[in-house]
Amino acid sequence: MPTYHLKTPISEDEVRKLRVGDIIYVTGIIVTARDAAHRRMLNYIKEGKSLPIDLKGGVIYHCGPVVRKTNEIWEVIAAGPTTSARMELYEAEIIKNLGVRIIIGKGGMGSKTAEACKYYGAIYTVFTGGAGALAANAIKKVRKVEWLDLGIPEALWIFEVENFGPLLVTIDTTGRNLIAEVIERAKAKREEVLKKLGIT
Amino acid sequence: MWFIANLNNSSLTSCYKDVEIVFKSILINLSLVYLCAVVDTSNISSDPEYFTNLIEKAAVEALTKATIFLPPDVKNALRNAYENEVSESSKAQLKAILTNLEVAEKLRKPICQDTGLIIFYVKVGYEFPAIRVIEKALVNAVKKATVKIPLRPNTVNPITGKNPGNNIGRYVPFIHWEFVEGDSLEFTVVPKGGGSEAVSILEFPPPGEGLRAVKKVVIDAVLKAGAKPCPPTIVGIGIGGGADIAAILAKKAAALRPLGTENPDPNIAKLERELYEAINDLEIGAMGLGGKFTVLGVHIEYAHRHPATYPIAIAFQCWAARRASALIKSNGTYKVYQ
Repeated sequence: MPTYHLKTPISEDEVRKLRVGDIIYVTGIIVTARDAAHRRMLNYIKEGKSLPIDLKGGVIYHCGPVVRKTNEIWEVIAAGPTTSARMELYEAEIIKNLGVRIIIGKGGMGSKTAEACKYYGAIYTVFTGGAGALAANAIKKVRKVEWLDLGIPEALWIFEVENFGPLLVTIDTTGRNLIAEVIERAKAKREEVLKKLGIT
Repeated sequence: MWFIANLNNSSLTSCYKDVEIVFKSILINLSLVYLCAVVDTSNISSDPEYFTNLIEKAAVEALTKATIFLPPDVKNALRNAYENEVSESSKAQLKAILTNLEVAEKLRKPICQDTGLIIFYVKVGYEFPAIRVIEKALVNAVKKATVKIPLRPNTVNPITGKNPGNNIGRYVPFIHWEFVEGDSLEFTVVPKGGGSEAVSILEFPPPGEGLRAVKKVVIDAVLKAGAKPCPPTIVGIGIGGGADIAAILAKKAAALRPLGTENPDPNIAKLERELYEAINDLEIGAMGLGGKFTVLGVHIEYAHRHPATYPIAIAFQCWAARRASALIKSNGTYKVYQ
């Protein structure tokens, strides 16, 4: 599998070169956001308010970490991805308005996000779901946390990362959506599988 | 018999006060011999603190073990999946899962950042000397473990959206009570992740369809869940009872029953094997990237049903099938195991 190392901020040209099945590692800044943070970001956009962090060329990570604060310093204990499907409601608007180039999550996203990726130049990548200890190892520092009033899992955690990955590209800028393709193929096998179970 | 509520056990506990008093006296006498000192024992004998502390300690240890180490049956199943997977991308995910387990164990960090909503499955002996303190001790253990391990604060009020930050909340940690013979207390703690919980299913097909409906509901639930519950999963199927009973059976089947075990009824065991093959034939694979292992196991439990209903509940357990148990004896010894 072709492997690429990217540094934030990431340009549109860089992500347009990537394809489904490529492996990438990200160095620089990644920002966590789950449902509540996505909703608030969209409200800010609607109201014309500026976000606490510029996400142009940036990376959004669907993640609610385990963290510990000792002497005013946050330590990341575990930080694997959360189910991205919940963010399908918001992600296309976020990509369109904020110029985000890479989304990291798990479990895949839908056609609205895939269309936004194609049109505006962004990719969706997956980190192994549940691999929280492994992910935390690549996070070097918590640069800042914003919107902590949303609760620890839902806040915007701004992480400094080094070679964060491997991330597998599953939605690219050509319109391909690998996980959706796998599920479609599985659905096509439904009748055959039920038949084997004695149901005709 | 199952008690699905946080019961008030004060009336039960009072019956065992005498046992508790005798037991405490023995302990205190032993320490007196050792210390060669004279202590007034009248207050300590009525003090429930000893068992509160003991249960709390065992529960913190069990929660720590559950969060950081996977049980051997789950580890073996994941290793087996890795060794036999042929799809390159799915194999890479399984490799990352195994590496993650090593990192978590080495650094003593939680396997997954979703440290779950905490559930206790309690089996308490009728003669256990301190039934009254169990609930309080388990709740305290969750609070302590949240800071000590640490755990992610996961309890959110569904009405206000507020997160108290300590993994405690209304009915949480949930405690399932079962009363058994003997004088021991045994419990299993399950930190249940949200991603796999969110794809649970409850269906009421026409009873006439019977097991045919079960097969369809299971296959459709797996297709609908797709990559969301972090496959390879363990699928738990609860049949019969009512909506609540089917759901409890499904979750117990998914989260409590060790991999490699079969339902003791040979017909149900056969259905478990058939469904295991059928689901894996869908080739959803690890993390939905296509591959041979969509499930690590299929477990079925059933209860008798009402003639008019045929409840089918499906529970999913992600690959991080975390659980640990504690056995506390009335003599004050305990062990934590997986």
